[in-house]
Amino acid sequence: MAGKPRLHYFNARGLMESIRWLLAAAGVEFEEEFIDTPEDFEKLKNDGSLIFQQVPMVEIDGMKLVQSRAILNYIAAKHNLYGRDIKERALIDMYIEGVADLNAKFRPLPVTPPDEKDAKITLIKESTTNRYLPAFENVLKSHGQDYLVGNRLSRADIHLVELLYLVEELDPNLLANFPLLKALKTRISNLPTVKKFLQPGSPRKPPVDEKILEKARKILKF
Amino acid sequence: MAAKPKLCYFRGRGRMESIRWLLAAAGVEFEEEFIETREQYEKLQKDGRLLFGQVPLVEMDGMVLTQTKAILSYLAAKYDLYGKDLKERVRVDMYADGTLDLMMMIALAAFKTPGEKEENLALVVKKAKTCYFPAFEKILKDHGEDFLVGNKFSWADIQLLEAVLMVEELDASVLSDFPLLKAFKTRISNIPTIKKFLQPGSQRKLPPDSHYVKTVRNVLQL
Repeated sequence: MAGKPRLHYFNARGLMESIRWLLAAAGVEFEEEFIDTPEDFEKLKNDGSLIFQQVPMVEIDGMKLVQSRAILNYIAAKHNLYGRDIKERALIDMYIEGVADLNAKFRPLPVTPPDEKDAKITLIKESTTNRYLPAFENVLKSHGQDYLVGNRLSRADIHLVELLYLVEELDPNLLANFPLLKALKTRISNLPTVKKFLQPGSPRKPPVDEKILEKARKILKF
Repeated sequence: MAAKPKLCYFRGRGRMESIRWLLAAAGVEFEEEFIETREQYEKLQKDGRLLFGQVPLVEMDGMVLTQTKAILSYLAAKYDLYGKDLKERVRVDMYADGTLDLMMMIALAAFKTPGEKEENLALVVKKAKTCYFPAFEKILKDHGEDFLVGNKFSWADIQLLEAVLMVEELDASVLSDFPLLKAFKTRISNIPTIKKFLQPGSQRKLPPDSHYVKTVRNVLQL
C-alpha cells in the first residue's frame, strides 16, 4: 500500500491550506513535516527536494511535487474531483482561479501595516460582495443544482467553501445576501470527510496570528 | 467547420501572451479583438461575458472562458500538449506554473514606477539565473531528452521557450551558463508552427511600452 502523502510547509495556512482541504475532503490521510527554523528550510533546499527552491512541496506517489496549482490539479484528477471531461474541467478551472484570486487578496492582510489595513479590508470586502460572490451565486442560480459543475461534487465546491469560511472569518455579514452560497457551504460542510476536517484537532490550520508571523519572519527573513 | 477561437484583450502581451503562444504552437488560427477604451471594457463587463469582470477572454468551442490558467489548461488538453497520463501532466503543470510565475513578474513590472521597475526586472533576471534556469537545465540534463516531459513536445516546452526569450530581452547573455537550455531554445524555435510565430507579422506581441501601459491604466482605471 502506498505511503501517505507527506506535506512540507510552515505550520500555517499559506499556500498549503487548499491542499489540506482537498486531501481531507477526498478522504486522504496525510502527514505533515513543518518547516520550523531557517535550518529546516535550508536543508530542504539543499537536498534537491524543491525544484524551484520553494514550498509547498508534497511527497506523493513516489514524486516530490511543487507548485500548489500543480499539486491540487494532481490530487483532484486522481480522486475524481475534476469533472468528467475537458469542458467541465475548463469551467472548474475558471471558477477555482477566481477563488484563488480572492483568496490571494486575503493573504497579505497579516503583514499589512496597521495604517493601511482598514483601507485594504474595505477593498477586499467590496471585491467579495461586488465581484466574486455574485459570480458564484449566479452560477448556482443559473442551473439550480447542488454543486457548481456537472451536478456532482468537484474541487470547485471544496475550494469555494474554503473561501467562504475565510470570508466569514473576516465578517459574517458578507454572506448575508447570498442564500445559494450559504446553502452550498452547509451542504459541503456536512459531507462526512469535510465535517471531520472542520472539527478541532484536524490538520486544518488557524488564521495567522502574531506568533505564526514572527516565526515566518525568522524563517523567510523578512 | 469549427469557428476560430476569439481572443479579447489589450493589444499587448500581459496575461494573454502565453495563450497566443500555445494556440500558435498548436497550429490553431485565432482572431483577436483589442480593448482600447474604457467604454469598450465597460460594455464587455455589462454584457456578462466576463465571469469576474476581467480579461483575458477566449471564446471557443461554445464556451466563454476567462482566467488565464483555465484557458491554458483547456488548450493544452485539447491539443494533446499535456502529457500522456496524470504523472506526466503534473510535471507539465509544475514546469508551466514555474515559468508563468517568472513571466508574470515581468508583465507586472511594466506598471511600476521607473525605479521600482528596474529593481523588479533585475530581480527577475536574478531569479531566472539562480533558480529557474538551473532547474530546467538540470531537468534536461537528467533525462537527456529533447523535451521537458515524456520525450514529447508539450505545453511546458512552449512556455519555457517563451520565458527564455522574455528574459533574454532583459539580458541577452542570460543563457551563457546553460548549454542545454541554449540547445533547447534553438530546437523548439525551429518547430515549424513556432518558427512561423516568431517571424515579424505574426500575432506575437511586443514587450510593454509606455503606450500599452497608458492604455491599460486608462481602461482598468489603475
